Amino acid sequence: MPVLESVDFAYRADRPVLRGFSLALPETGTVCLLGPSGCGKTTVLRVLAGLETVQAGTVSGLAGRRVSMVFQENRLLPWETARQNASTRDDAGTGAAWLQALGLGDSLDRRPGELSGGMARRVAIARALAAPSDLLLLDEPFAGLDEPTWQDAARRIAAVGAHRLTVLVTHVPDHAAALGAAIVRLDGPPLRVVS
Amino acid sequence: MGVWQLASVLVGQELLVPAPAVVGATLLGMAATPGFWAVTGWSLLRILAGFIAGVVAGCGAAALTTRFRLVDAVLSPALRVVRAAPVASFVILALVWIPTGRLPAFIAFTMVVPVVWDTVAEGLRRQDRALLELATVFRFGWWQTVRRVRIPSLLPYLSTAAATGMGLAWKSGIAAEVIARPPLSIGGQLQDAKVYLDTPAVFAWTITAVALSLALERLLRRLLGRWNGPAPERLEPAGGPGDARP
Repeated sequence: MPVLESVDFAYRADRPVLRGFSLALPETGTVCLLGPSGCGKTTVLRVLAGLETVQAGTVSGLAGRRVSMVFQENRLLPWETARQNASTRDDAGTGAAWLQALGLGDSLDRRPGELSGGMARRVAIARALAAPSDLLLLDEPFAGLDEPTWQDAARRIAAVGAHRLTVLVTHVPDHAAALGAAIVRLDGPPLRVVS
Repeated sequence: MGVWQLASVLVGQELLVPAPAVVGATLLGMAATPGFWAVTGWSLLRILAGFIAGVVAGCGAAALTTRFRLVDAVLSPALRVVRAAPVASFVILALVWIPTGRLPAFIAFTMVVPVVWDTVAEGLRRQDRALLELATVFRFGWWQTVRRVRIPSLLPYLSTAAATGMGLAWKSGIAAEVIARPPLSIGGQLQDAKVYLDTPAVFAWTITAVALSLALERLLRRLLGRWNGPAPERLEPAGGPGDARP
C-alpha cells in the first residue's frame, strides 16, 4: 500500500510545498485529494507518478505499479491524431475504443489542433484509461468539460476502477462524489491534511 | 530581369554586364554539351556529400553538446570559431591538407556543421519537458520517446537548419572550387571564364548554380515538410486555476 511518510519537497528552497507530509493510500479503490488551488496537491501526484524525488522522508509501496495519468494540462502530442495519442502501447484498438466510449468516435483521425478544449481533454482521459495501469492519477480531469460530459466520463472511470488505485486531485467536491471517492481534505502550502 | 537589361544597356559593355539575351544564348549553348552536365553533376555530388556529412555531424555535435557539459565546453567554442572564420581562409588552409578533389566537399561540410549544430542544439534545449514527462509516465521507452516525442519536436528546427545549410554549402562549395579548381567543377569553369574574360559564361554558370541551389532547397523543404506535422500547440492548462507548480 502506497505510503508517504514525513515527506519534504520544495521547487524553491524558500517555499516548501510538502513539509513533513504523511499520507497512507489504500491498495485499491478511489481516493480524492480535495483542496484549494495551489495547496500542493498536484505535487503529491507528481511524487506518486515518480516525476519528483522527495528531498526528505520516504515514499513506499509504489514499486512495480504501472502508472497512468491525466495531467493538469492535456499534454497531447500535437503531431499525432486522437487515435494515436490515445494509444501509448502498440494496440491502437484500446485507445480508439475509449475515444468512442467518450463520444469522440467522429474525431479519431483529427489532431489536437483541430479539437476543441473539451474534446482534447477527453482524448487525454481516453489515453489514461487505455493504458494498462495499477495506479491511475487524475489531476483535475474534468476541468473544462460541461456537466453531462464529465458525469459520463466519471461513470466510465468509476466502472473500471475496482482493481486499481485511483487518486483524484480536484477542488470540486462534486467530481469526487461522482467517482465515489474517499475524500482526504487538504490545505496549504505547505500541504497538510485537514481533519 | 528589367534591372539587368537596363544595367546592360547603360553600361554598354558586354565585358562588364552582358545582356540577358546573350547570357541566355550562352547558357543554352553550354547546356547542349555533355561537358556541362558532367561539370554540374560533379559539383552537385561534391557539395551534396559535404552537406549530408555536415548535417549528420552537426546533429551529432548538437546531441553531444546538449548532453555532456564537458563536450559543450570543448566543442562549442571551436564551432563558433569555425562559423566566424572566412570561407577563403579555410579554403587556403585546407588546400595544404586535403586533395583538391575533396576540398569543396570539405569546405561545404565545415560551413554546414556549425549552422546545423547551433539550430538543432537550440531545438534540443527547447524540448518540451511536459511531453517528455508524459513519455516517462506512460513508459514509452527509449525508442518510442525518440520516435514519438523527440524527433517530431526537432523537425521544425532540423528543417530550418537544413535549408540554411544547403544555401551555405552551395556558396562555400563553389567558392572552394574557384580556388582549388578540381577538374569538372562549376567553380573551375567560373574561374576559366574569368581568365578568358568571358563574362556571359560567368553569368551563365552563376545562374546554373543559383537555379540548382534553389531547386535543392525546395526539394529539401518538401521532403522535411511532408514528414512534419502542424506547428506544435502551446501547452495550456485544461481549464481551472493551476496548482502549485514550479
